[in-house]
Amino acid sequence: MDLYQKYPIRLRINEQDREFDVESWVTLLDLLRERAGLTGTKKGCDHGQCGACTVLVDGKRVNSCLTLAVMQNGHEVTTIEGMAKGNELHPLQQAFIEQDAFQCGYCTPGQICSAAGLIAEGQARCRDDVRELMSGNLCRCGAYPQIARAVIQVMGIEEPDTKKEGFTTGAVLT
Amino acid sequence: MKPFAFSQPQDVDGVLALLASEGARPVAGGTNLLDLMKENVMSPTQLVDINLLGKAGLDKVEEADGGLRLGALARNADTAYHALVKERYPLLSSAILAGASPQLRNMATNGGNLLQRTRCVYFYDVGTPCNKREPGTGCPAKHGVNRQLAILGTSEQCIATHPSDMCVALRALDATVHVRGKGGERAIPFADFHRLPGDRPDLDSTLQPGELITHITVPDADRFRAHSAYIKVRDRLSYAFALVSVAAALDIDAGGTIRAARIALGGVAHKPWRVEEAEAALVGKATGEAAFEAAAERILQGARGYGQNDFKLVLARNAIVQALTTATRGTEHAQGKGNQQPNGERP
Repeated sequence: MDLYQKYPIRLRINEQDREFDVESWVTLLDLLRERAGLTGTKKGCDHGQCGACTVLVDGKRVNSCLTLAVMQNGHEVTTIEGMAKGNELHPLQQAFIEQDAFQCGYCTPGQICSAAGLIAEGQARCRDDVRELMSGNLCRCGAYPQIARAVIQVMGIEEPDTKKEGFTTGAVLT
Repeated sequence: MKPFAFSQPQDVDGVLALLASEGARPVAGGTNLLDLMKENVMSPTQLVDINLLGKAGLDKVEEADGGLRLGALARNADTAYHALVKERYPLLSSAILAGASPQLRNMATNGGNLLQRTRCVYFYDVGTPCNKREPGTGCPAKHGVNRQLAILGTSEQCIATHPSDMCVALRALDATVHVRGKGGERAIPFADFHRLPGDRPDLDSTLQPGELITHITVPDADRFRAHSAYIKVRDRLSYAFALVSVAAALDIDAGGTIRAARIALGGVAHKPWRVEEAEAALVGKATGEAAFEAAAERILQGARGYGQNDFKLVLARNAIVQALTTATRGTEHAQGKGNQQPNGERP
């Protein structure tokens, strides 16, 4: 048994077919960053705890650090680089700018991919649902109120009450 | 991660043949196993990707014999949001949605959820002794960082907790785990699936080497549908493991008398904790604090803290009373808000 064997895989990344030879232990995250040259997806904790590596696989948001590239053979991956159409930003990207939803920006690609997955899942009805369903994406700058505002702006649900929202250092709001 | 061989068999027999060799482990969602491999807590020499078995129907959630059949490969999110689960097993739906994050629930499978390993910090840190990771090396948790750890069913060797939320609901709902091995199929009642640590804390479950979980069945739970609640108490509002969680389900007659009760706890033991005697004692009683406190007392008989987790004795009692009180008021259907305060109250 050759432990260092390489496995030929084919992925459709951001609507482009790509082929790679990967060792078994290469995560999807490392493949995207180191082999596909797509460094928009961020390596935060590398343990599925921060959400910075969130991408869409077959339209569903996942932590790309906790899946092997070889396990995704034949699947379709969308990263932050695949969100905009040419020079036209994805509505979420535009909303993040309008709502000042990032500070250092490190978590932003994962936040935006996660928000796209959230919208596609169709489970959120109000801002509290959005907050709960964005809980897999941590932001050390604490831009959560703006992030939630950006997402609900795109979803066209419930106007946020900015007076009540204010600044918070923790999870407890309203 | 240490190097390992990888394969993707097409059918169950192919998987079982590969799992027979030492050092081989199945992988499906990978959300816990790959994490443990990155930390060198587990180092399989061969990973058997079982995802192709989805084509053989192992990823289905469906009605079966008046109850529920959950394929081992169905994702946690697909299970929690499945119309049948939401409508007829709201307790299970709530428990799943209280666990992990949406990204992880999209990947993690039902079978894998049962097999996830403790998040005890000593188990995760290969620089420290741990009887669960390396039997015979000791348990620093008993006198160390044990805020998250067990108060019931512990042993001299180990005070780890089982981290799952889903399993707490499955225990309350009397689920059965169906497995296949070289010798054929067998069914394991949920109560017997996870183990107490005893002197073999390295063994989390009664699943035998080479066996594969194929599906989980849950009997009809219609009588509990109107009055169930999953309460999870943790250090932050969402996306954290339980300090204490309670799956409570009541069957109450028109006069407010309890016909049947189910109560299972998470975050307090090496397995979902349930004391059927306490449930039996509730039958015929009126719902209310007095009856619920008596049940809590019986469930927590023999509980002991290890210092940092002493608070769980009180927390567990209060959580049991709260869960039963919330269940009495009526089931709140989880819709991405399984983690808010009981009964929609806000802090």
